[in-house]
Amino acid sequence: MLGLGKKDLTFLLIVLLLTLAAPILLNPFAEGSAMAQFNAGYPDLMQRIAIFAIFAVGFNILFGLTGYLSFGHAAFIGIGSYAMVWMLKLLTMNILPGLILATLMGGAFALLIGFVSLRRSGIYFSILTLAFAQMSFNMAYSVLTPITGGENGLGPALGDPRVLDAAAANGTIPEVNLFGLSMRATYELDLAGRVFQFNAGYYVCGLLSVFMFYLALRLFRSPFGMMLRAIKCNQHRLNYTGLHSRPYMLSAFVISGMYAGLAGGLMAAMDPLAGADRMQWQASGEVVLMVILGGVGTMLGPVLGAGFIKYCENIFSKINDHVLHEWFSIFPKWLENLLVTIVHPFVGQGWHLTLGVLFMLVVIFLPGGLIEGGQRIGRLIRRKPDAKGKAAATTPAE
Amino acid sequence: MDALILQTLNGLDKGSAYALIALGLTLIFGTLGVVNFAHGTLFMIGAFCAVTLQRLLSLSQVTIDPTKKDFLGNALKVKTPYIEAWFGKDAGAAIVNWSVPLSILLAIPVMLVVGFVMERGLIKHFYKRPHADQILVTFGLAIVLQEVIKYYFGANPIPTAAPTDFAGSIDFGVWMGFPPNDIIYPYWRMVYFLFSVVVIGAVFAFLQFTTFGMVVRAGMADRETVGLLGINIDRRFTIMFGIAAVVAGTAGAMYTPINSPAFTMGMNFLVLSFVVVVVGGMGSLPGAVLSGFLLGILESYASMNWIKDVIPGIDQIIIYVIAIIVLLTRPRGLMGRKGVMED
Repeated sequence: MLGLGKKDLTFLLIVLLLTLAAPILLNPFAEGSAMAQFNAGYPDLMQRIAIFAIFAVGFNILFGLTGYLSFGHAAFIGIGSYAMVWMLKLLTMNILPGLILATLMGGAFALLIGFVSLRRSGIYFSILTLAFAQMSFNMAYSVLTPITGGENGLGPALGDPRVLDAAAANGTIPEVNLFGLSMRATYELDLAGRVFQFNAGYYVCGLLSVFMFYLALRLFRSPFGMMLRAIKCNQHRLNYTGLHSRPYMLSAFVISGMYAGLAGGLMAAMDPLAGADRMQWQASGEVVLMVILGGVGTMLGPVLGAGFIKYCENIFSKINDHVLHEWFSIFPKWLENLLVTIVHPFVGQGWHLTLGVLFMLVVIFLPGGLIEGGQRIGRLIRRKPDAKGKAAATTPAE
Repeated sequence: MDALILQTLNGLDKGSAYALIALGLTLIFGTLGVVNFAHGTLFMIGAFCAVTLQRLLSLSQVTIDPTKKDFLGNALKVKTPYIEAWFGKDAGAAIVNWSVPLSILLAIPVMLVVGFVMERGLIKHFYKRPHADQILVTFGLAIVLQEVIKYYFGANPIPTAAPTDFAGSIDFGVWMGFPPNDIIYPYWRMVYFLFSVVVIGAVFAFLQFTTFGMVVRAGMADRETVGLLGINIDRRFTIMFGIAAVVAGTAGAMYTPINSPAFTMGMNFLVLSFVVVVVGGMGSLPGAVLSGFLLGILESYASMNWIKDVIPGIDQIIIYVIAIIVLLTRPRGLMGRKGVMED
């Protein structure tokens, strides 16, 4: 069904179910309990995880399959955001045209940048994409201010034409919606001391990300995906067989640019304000971190990485000294203070330090990311009884 | 004409910084074959050496001076830097005043240690890994170092003054026959340019005229053969990594009066320095220096008003535009060698 094998189909269904149930699953701790701060089931965070999952999955199509490391993908996020906000301003507060335009614009710019950058490979490619992204960032910040809003960012305003929408009578900016369903609409369910929030915006992001995940899955299993893997494996040999690999590379680049454009459009749809800092190289670095952390070239890796980083970013930044003291209060006073002093630089403001350390550890010891880590642990568990049997067998021989 | 000279001069100091960082990057790449994304951070650590030294030197002891009263009528507390107490008032004040140039003395050992630890502890294990892995692990290291500095020094730029002897500006135009006040150039930028010329000259002389440098150059050309001749090339390359770190660190320390050091400065310079290295040609030392100065000066030209009127915003993007043009027309960069990074 859906052009997938049985295994992939189950996999996709599980992902779909997890996405649908996320508001419940991510809210395991009761309201007001000490652990409540570890809940992730609020719309803002879930939306961000879903959006960055789209971005990372798209980036993985380029980096994971072809091995070309782009350091400029944030540019497409920014372009998608601007496209979205302009649609909200000019056409309608319905997000659909904006999303379509954001995706197309992401693809168009990717075509332009990819056409130039893909003439080179390796580090030259990374630098070229970085140069293009920084160029877009600098231009959005300075010359293009009439289009991008410059430092203030771009957002819908009262005086915008919005030709498809009826004029708002009460003089407020209408809410961002999808065919009348407001993105802010949230149904709250109070159950067993927990407040589950089912947010329309999250479900739009989540379902779209599942759909994009499905497309990526198809792409991974297709002959086209095979060709991209061949490029990563040995581009020279591929060229010797008389095959022109650049069109394949360019298509991969454009596809990942469209993913990024869509992610940028969604970002602007959930929070209708687009700023140039989304295009900075730090943002490009972030998506690289996500993909590496999760597992390059795997299906689920980028999603895991995006979820992990966004979750930790939110949670770690919230922990302060007070919380730490509470945690370590079971130890003697001197040990408590010592532990707090040690942990303090890594939480709150210092979350990036944790991220950097984690990232280095993953690159050094676990080049396959979280997915490989999981596989290793799985193998370890499965081998245990086996190893015992072996040990028993060899003991008499000694 | 005078505007052109002024912009050339303005471009020189930024160009010097680009050239120094790019030189270090190229040294590391040429010897170890490692793409070091943490090199900008070394520049930043050097800058914070200057901040540290200035803070150390201005550590003060508090004494109570009973002869004077503060506005509440209590005995006045007087702060005297220890350094003034030890070396006498004038000499002490002079040392505090000269803390930025003196910080080179601090930066050299610190950077050597940082460089050695980095190379032996981390980068050694990445010789054989793909370039993407090298980029990623050094990128992670850059984040970590940056955050550590931010933790200890805060996120705000810390103004660090040059010695008062260099505080003013030089009326450069008068020397060349222009009317006074036409071309004015701050003394310290002049010092920085001269400093970078000396450092670059020293590095080249070291590579060209010493036996050690000769071995290193041989190793850059063919590492395996040099190793087979019984020379411990790895140790020499590690030393070169230390030297590259020192070049970046001292460049950062001397740059502090021009641009107040903040924890982000390393990464900001790194992105541009990489562009510089690639434009100059990966692995070519003269190329790195040449393109560093070239891009610095061109960036400064592009910020002239009449050029900005013709092409708005060109000052923001000129470096990237040049990089794109160069890479597409001369794929190896301006002076790149054949066979470097061409996989």
